[in-house]
Amino acid sequence: MDFGFSTLEARSIDFDKFDGRILRYVLQYEPSLLVCLSCGGCTATCSAGNLTDFNIRRLQLMLRRGEVENLQTEINKCMLCGKCLLVCPRGVNLRNVVMLIKKALVHFKNQEN
Amino acid sequence: MKEPIYTVSRDYRKEIADDKYYYARSCIRQNFFPGSEVTFLRVLKENLGRDIWDDPHHTTCTGIGYHSDVVPFNTIQTVIARQFSLMTENGYENFVASCVTSFGMYIEITETWKHHPEQLEQIREYLKKATGREFMIPKNIAHTSDIVYKFRMRIAEQMKYPLVNRRTGQPLKIVDHIGCHYAKMFPDKGEGGAEFTQVLQGMIKAWGGATVDYPERRHCCGFGFRQYLVQANRGYSVSNSKKKFESMQPYEPDAILTNCPGCAMFLDRWQFVISEMHGIRYGKDNTTIPVFTYEEMAGLVLGYDPWDLGLQMHQVDPRPFLDKIGIPYDNDRMYKTKTGKNIGEYIPQQTR
Repeated sequence: MDFGFSTLEARSIDFDKFDGRILRYVLQYEPSLLVCLSCGGCTATCSAGNLTDFNIRRLQLMLRRGEVENLQTEINKCMLCGKCLLVCPRGVNLRNVVMLIKKALVHFKNQEN
Repeated sequence: MKEPIYTVSRDYRKEIADDKYYYARSCIRQNFFPGSEVTFLRVLKENLGRDIWDDPHHTTCTGIGYHSDVVPFNTIQTVIARQFSLMTENGYENFVASCVTSFGMYIEITETWKHHPEQLEQIREYLKKATGREFMIPKNIAHTSDIVYKFRMRIAEQMKYPLVNRRTGQPLKIVDHIGCHYAKMFPDKGEGGAEFTQVLQGMIKAWGGATVDYPERRHCCGFGFRQYLVQANRGYSVSNSKKKFESMQPYEPDAILTNCPGCAMFLDRWQFVISEMHGIRYGKDNTTIPVFTYEEMAGLVLGYDPWDLGLQMHQVDPRPFLDKIGIPYDNDRMYKTKTGKNIGEYIPQQTR
């Protein structure tokens, strides 16, 4: 039956599912991410974001919320052009953040295997 | 009958008038659950012998419009001033609102007048110019659930069917849901305040049932006006209810008791909607949880006919709850008026 609306999942953080390993790994090598104020300038200028639904602001939000299930799919959309780090008002090296997430995913996958 | 011992903080004890009430109906309740208001008047007049005036001249309080930014504050104040003028005209001083939103509005506006007397004078002028009327501020403003709560022990004395499972002899587990505008805005205007509201659990305990405490007990039911007025936004509304249902599910409640017209409507309706959308039901053994208003619950324990209470208007089938208590009902009468005319049938979700 179509009601014209649907249910939404609560945005509360589920600590049983929270995975902070990748965030800690990224912050270890790129601590500048700590000063991100989520302004979204990176997303506004993103080359990949113009062509796909890639959203680098949401990416760092997912990282902070420990929601890592879709991180791999998201990260593959980045073209690594680096325009985001040129516009960032806090000087966060977002290109490096993306590279570190890629490394962390491989690192933890290898660890699990 | 001796009152059960309970503790209400001194700051959150509410004075509720004893008799002579002016009754203001609810827009929503008289459409969705018309039996509730009739039952309230019947209980007060027949069982409790109180004087209550059900005035056909009063209007909506316009609270829904106000909370949706359609009705300006000055307009709603003048509308409410007119309700008070009708009360004054009929010789009453105690105002009783059937709707939690209205109750919140009456409190908000009288509190505004207390702190801003110039606003009160302005509204007196508006009302005089618009209608030629004058008004007194009520001595006591109560919600109808306050009145039922006040007389819960008198109702218990006349009780025919306590809230007990007749097979096991155990008290039925009932979730209470307090409408947000009852005590969250002005906690001292609700018995027990916003966190430890007694109004419904006092009734449940007095009538033999057991209350259920669960994590999202004080969460909104989803009736936020901006959440449901636009159809496309109703996902916010149903998601609120879903969160509550998920939270209460492990406690396997036998029923939900509400004191707000909107909460009763949505906790009832959204169970049907969620069941249709996702195939999920939140009661024990994949059943839905019946939802009642406190007037319906009072009527049930007093032995009123379930169909006179209007229980057939619910989308969640109330009959499993009636069976648990042992209240008799006639299935053939369910969708018929007293003269035998069919009012249209609905196959309740639970029995599909």
